[in-house]
Amino acid sequence: MDAVFKALADESRRSILDHLYTQGGKTLGELCEPFAQIMSRQAVMKHLRILEDAHLITTVWSGREKKHYLNPVPIHAIETRWIRKFEKQRIDALSALKSALEGTDTKGKKNA
Amino acid sequence: MPKFTDQKFVYTTYIKTTPEKLWAALTSAEFTRQYLFGIDVVSDWKVGSTMKFVKGNETWVLGKVLAANPYTLLSYTFHEERTTESSIEPPTKVTLEIEPEAGTETVRLIVTHTDFIENSKHYQNISGGWPAVLSSLKTFLETGRILGFES
Repeated sequence: MDAVFKALADESRRSILDHLYTQGGKTLGELCEPFAQIMSRQAVMKHLRILEDAHLITTVWSGREKKHYLNPVPIHAIETRWIRKFEKQRIDALSALKSALEGTDTKGKKNA
Repeated sequence: MPKFTDQKFVYTTYIKTTPEKLWAALTSAEFTRQYLFGIDVVSDWKVGSTMKFVKGNETWVLGKVLAANPYTLLSYTFHEERTTESSIEPPTKVTLEIEPEAGTETVRLIVTHTDFIENSKHYQNISGGWPAVLSSLKTFLETGRILGFES
């Protein structure tokens, strides 16, 4: 997970991910175009390697072209690790409210 | 005829498990119902056979097995059967590739979902679905627990 946070802690890399979110399957050349004024091809390559090492990008060879796709699975893992806890509290609060209003013990059923 | 696009999803996850366990988790209802939101996957996994995702008595997804090479490759067509905006779209194609990571106890699972039509509603539905399924699958295989609301 360190690699994911390090990879995301850079504006240029987040922009690259934004481009792949809009349209997946881009080659290195296509990814360099929008950044032509601000980044060299070498810099884009370096960022792509960091993103790939963090598993935020999946690459697929299509003939002689290497295509890049956004892989949101590690970001989802971050969400489930911290955000789900808060959802749990909200859901528990709702079931407690439901039990109180209906006079039934939904908690007992849930744990059965 | 609707126009197909080359839009696709390629999602990857790395799971500490064996190809055999991962294969079982992808192909057996006793496992899918534990990490796939209570859905049973039903098929004999012979090429050309039907493949279904069933929840309760309702078929959610209907497809046909395109390839089933145990522990390495599974591929099927995928059509939403529940009446939604996207159920009128033609079937799409799912490919699941299992690759052991050399020198580790980790297996790489690559999910590729293709054959979407232009302006596909199905594409939008699927985009958020796979990451949730893959996180849940990873947790299930690595800890034996299901992601949910347990403490």
